[in-house]
Amino acid sequence: MVSRSEKHTDVVIVGFGWVGAIMARELTQAGLNVVALERGPRRDTWPQGAYPSSIDELTHNTRHALFLQPSQSTVTVRHRESDVAAPYRQLAAFLPGTGVGGAGLHWSGCHWRISPAELRLRSHYEERYGKDFIPQDMTIQDWGVSYEELEPHFAFAESVFGTSGQAYKVNGKIVGDGNPFDADRSTPFPLPAMKNTYSAELYSKAAAECGYHPFRIPSANASQAYTNPYGCQMGACTFCGFCSGYACYNYSKASPNVNIFPALERESRFELRAECDVLKVETDSSGKKATGVIYRTSKGEEVRQTADIVILASFAYNNPYLLLLSRIGQPYDPKTGEGTVGRNFVYQNESGVTLFFGQDKFTNPFIGAGGNGVAIDDFNADNFDHGPLGFVGGAPIWVNQAGSKPISSATVPKGTPQWGAHWKKAVKDNFQHTISIHAHGTNMAFRDCYLSLDPTYSDTAGRPLLRITFNWHDNDVKMIRYVTDRMADIGRAMKPESMSIETKEFGEEFDLRHYQTTHIAGGAIMGTSPKDSVVNRYLQHWEVPNLFVIGSSAFPQGIGYNPTGTVAALAYWSAKAIRERYLKSPGPMVQA
Amino acid sequence: MSDKSRSGGSLVCGRRAMLQGTALGLVTTAFFHFPAASVSEAADAEYVYRPVFFSSDEWRTLSSFVDRLIPADAEGPGAIEAHVPEFIDRQMNTPYGHGSEWYLRPPLMKTSATLGYQLLFTPRDIYKQGLPALNGAIMQRYGRLFHQLDASERDQVIGQMEKGTLTLSPISSKLLFGQILKNCKEGYFADPIHGGNYKMEAWKMIGFPGARADFTDWVDRYGARYPLPPVSVGGHAVQGGV
Repeated sequence: MVSRSEKHTDVVIVGFGWVGAIMARELTQAGLNVVALERGPRRDTWPQGAYPSSIDELTHNTRHALFLQPSQSTVTVRHRESDVAAPYRQLAAFLPGTGVGGAGLHWSGCHWRISPAELRLRSHYEERYGKDFIPQDMTIQDWGVSYEELEPHFAFAESVFGTSGQAYKVNGKIVGDGNPFDADRSTPFPLPAMKNTYSAELYSKAAAECGYHPFRIPSANASQAYTNPYGCQMGACTFCGFCSGYACYNYSKASPNVNIFPALERESRFELRAECDVLKVETDSSGKKATGVIYRTSKGEEVRQTADIVILASFAYNNPYLLLLSRIGQPYDPKTGEGTVGRNFVYQNESGVTLFFGQDKFTNPFIGAGGNGVAIDDFNADNFDHGPLGFVGGAPIWVNQAGSKPISSATVPKGTPQWGAHWKKAVKDNFQHTISIHAHGTNMAFRDCYLSLDPTYSDTAGRPLLRITFNWHDNDVKMIRYVTDRMADIGRAMKPESMSIETKEFGEEFDLRHYQTTHIAGGAIMGTSPKDSVVNRYLQHWEVPNLFVIGSSAFPQGIGYNPTGTVAALAYWSAKAIRERYLKSPGPMVQA
Repeated sequence: MSDKSRSGGSLVCGRRAMLQGTALGLVTTAFFHFPAASVSEAADAEYVYRPVFFSSDEWRTLSSFVDRLIPADAEGPGAIEAHVPEFIDRQMNTPYGHGSEWYLRPPLMKTSATLGYQLLFTPRDIYKQGLPALNGAIMQRYGRLFHQLDASERDQVIGQMEKGTLTLSPISSKLLFGQILKNCKEGYFADPIHGGNYKMEAWKMIGFPGARADFTDWVDRYGARYPLPPVSVGGHAVQGGV
């Protein structure tokens, strides 16, 4: 029961990660009063990132100090409609964030712009390969926004994040040895590219020898000291190797906490309430207007916060989860294909090759930075001819040496026993002498992969858990096997003593037992029609125009790159539309 | 106890008597003998750890188990020398040991193994119910307790547990094996502040520099061996290189 109401505010934001911080900054600047509600605790460089206690693999990566623990809330998973879903009881395959900064506090820092062709994926494939190329049950579609429209927001987000990189083309002019597949940019990167690790250097040479086009991964780990447009400061990255799963001790990795919050904190129109778990979004009797949210405090008190604008800015699947719990919009039904909430749930489709070089060659894999490395884009997006290959999608292939720690990364050659003297010797012989290459591939949306509420399991607040119905499809396997073969060619060109290949087999089930990635998307997707999307091109809800749903939840299908750069650009794009159009005339910004 | 020795490092273990209990049956003492020249190391000669969570029987079983998962040899420390049992005992009194990270609400579902852990046991449950079950099964088969088996017998039993061919209840042998292996490797490689990785010997063995956390000068020294020894979050630096 709601026990009290807080004073009405102009804007309430659910979740304080990258999207929450960006929207709070942009809308307080527009003169609005903003309240942000964050489920998890207050977090910052101190104490969560403080040296040396943050340089502790067991506490952070192994015991998941910064992640949302399943005991607090989790999801259930099944592979297909005919199965009964079971809870994701222990964190493994993906690691949802919580707390101030969200996943933006403990991400790696690979900071990309989506490829233009991926923003109009269905149209692009139909134009180039014909209407029959896309399988019937593949529900991919266009985003409703173009690269040209998003470009200024990509550029501004990079300036806020202090992104290091090497541009290829700025305002139509080739300026450097960046990614030749990149779209035109309006500005160079705010910071020069980071130094290459030895592994990235070797990979770069081998990829070039193979005829590909290596370039430095755009990294939100600062290559130099930097002050962003908000006056927030970063220090030069030390390659400590403790990025993903950790708060950066050195103010080098961009996070909402380092790059935005210090500016917001001084803003009298902004209030952040931590440990406030939003239970539902409320609407008026027409169902066409959001009136605010109800949240539960850490003391168990239920509080109503009314607002003129409600912004959902929570982790990937929690945006559609809140819509389902709040009964806003029609839940997706895979049998009829009708309804939109929960539709087009996607993941990331990965593979890897590990090279073992023997004891004379020190690759020092413990040195690293989360966003650092060298990639090729020759097999990403539609940068290669899919016609004869018979699959949709692709993958950047990279050496992204993020810093190996011994509990999680004591990599040994295939066939090594898991324990005993042989295992120990293999770890000793290989720890300083390996290089990993990864393909970070797309996962296409399919009719039978979606989100709904679980009929059996609930959380401590009594909410039904979110249910994920998801499995790999032949398209995913075809794509990743093709890309893995190319990756293995580059691996061989690096002349290792031996090589292990991890890829996917046809018919293989989605396996939750091993970490893959936290790049989850879809479920509240953007698009051009309310028939097949939850939000319009401005991330505004089609039926409830004062509700905005922003995040990777809006991706209509998986993308080749890490999602954060595109999520940030979408947030700035949506904020601009709210500031310049919605506030002048509140209502739908696109007519259905 | 077999004699083990290793050369090349500062630590020389002459003899180990790792599984001897005291009269109280609660204390296990591992005797490490060090060169007389090293005064600071001599202070560790009488390593005594009193387990808080495990009973003396469980402690002996666990210790003799991890001793085979990571055996001592000339390559580097074994799990016993790294104080892995102490690490596990201490972990059992953290929220992790109590299963407070995990979603442990019923009901149970019969599902594909790919959906991950689908039981309601906490780590403490797995050890408290699994170790006595293991001992019971071994007593039936061999007429001895697990820690009384010789090394090759223990290896054989552990191999069967890994495959799940040894029948244990209510904790399956595979579950118990997986739990011990995971915690054993954690204790071997975690920062020494957690009680294992004694003197960072495991880090020294593989060349991991621990909490150094600044490689600005080394990132582009291509192919060169990193020269500095590890440091711990607790401030335990090692002198003299790896």
